[in-house]
Amino acid sequence: MTEIKETAPRRGVPIWAQIIVWTLLVALLVLVAIGLNRAQQGQVQKGDKINQLTLTLFSGYEYNGANQVKLSDLSGKVVVVNFWASWCKPCEQEAADLEKAWELYKGDGKVVFIGVDYVDTEPEARAYLKKFGISFSNGPDLGTKISQMFRIKGVPETYFIDQKGVLQYVQIGPFTSVADIQSIIDPLLK
Amino acid sequence: MELKLSNKNLRITVFALLAVALAFFIASQIYRPALAQNPTPTDDEVNRIAHQLYCPVCENTPLDVCPTEACRQWRDLIRQQLSQGWTEDQIKQYFISQYGVRVVGEPPATGLNWLVYVLPPLVILAGAFVLFRAFRAWTKSSKASAAAESEIEAPKDEYVARLEEELKKRK
Repeated sequence: MTEIKETAPRRGVPIWAQIIVWTLLVALLVLVAIGLNRAQQGQVQKGDKINQLTLTLFSGYEYNGANQVKLSDLSGKVVVVNFWASWCKPCEQEAADLEKAWELYKGDGKVVFIGVDYVDTEPEARAYLKKFGISFSNGPDLGTKISQMFRIKGVPETYFIDQKGVLQYVQIGPFTSVADIQSIIDPLLK
Repeated sequence: MELKLSNKNLRITVFALLAVALAFFIASQIYRPALAQNPTPTDDEVNRIAHQLYCPVCENTPLDVCPTEACRQWRDLIRQQLSQGWTEDQIKQYFISQYGVRVVGEPPATGLNWLVYVLPPLVILAGAFVLFRAFRAWTKSSKASAAAESEIEAPKDEYVARLEEELKKRK
């Protein structure tokens, strides 16, 4: 009987290479999982603390003379953040009502309205502001950073933040009357 | 003196006028690029840049074919910027700063984005290396088993050996 001898030792991928490959694979999966988790988070929710909003404002639409407004500087005030765009037809439905509401509250300084112009061009945005006689602070969402922070799904959307910087109400779609807006702001002022 | 134009003279005059008109027309055609330069960029020039940008509202739609009002405004903006002498890179940078990196088809190679550019070639190289090693191992093992088989079967096959011997002799 003839004995078969193994002529070469069994060779495979070195252990260090296996460790590196598996580590990279796990790291990649973790990154993908984080990304998916972020994508599925949805909009910011009622009760979330909002404190990192900084908006550069259009010339002529400054806040107290400053060309930038920070939410951290508005502590103690109710802040209404309205996302809009000049190409957005539903935004036009609520534009005049928002301005009327602003006119009602601007006197006592307890409420601040901020318009965030979402992916728009400045000439059209200015024409829109002029057309609806908007006078409250407005600025472009540069790099879509603010809309990404709020994880908006479209325009118009309006976020009501209380005096402590906590989100209290989210309006998806346009308001149909000034009373609608008042019914959200007034309870926050009590 | 009576001024009368004969038919012949009339023809000469008409021909002269036509010649002068033709000369003016040719001259105007020759000098037109210098005199009537069109500062408005063409649709093709606008779309060449728009094609590289994506609508941030309706995702995955290039700006040149996007039918929305927003995209129309952005194409007008590109046209305006081109007419002001902006370069393609300047326009792209403006769009990135205004609307975020998602408006460009390729993510900029910064931060974690560089993984997008580095990982695929690395994975391909690693895969090629693993395949190469596996292929080498398979060929080695098949050669070794073939050699082992011949070692095993050679002594047993006396009939074949005798047949080969006889064939050699006949030659």
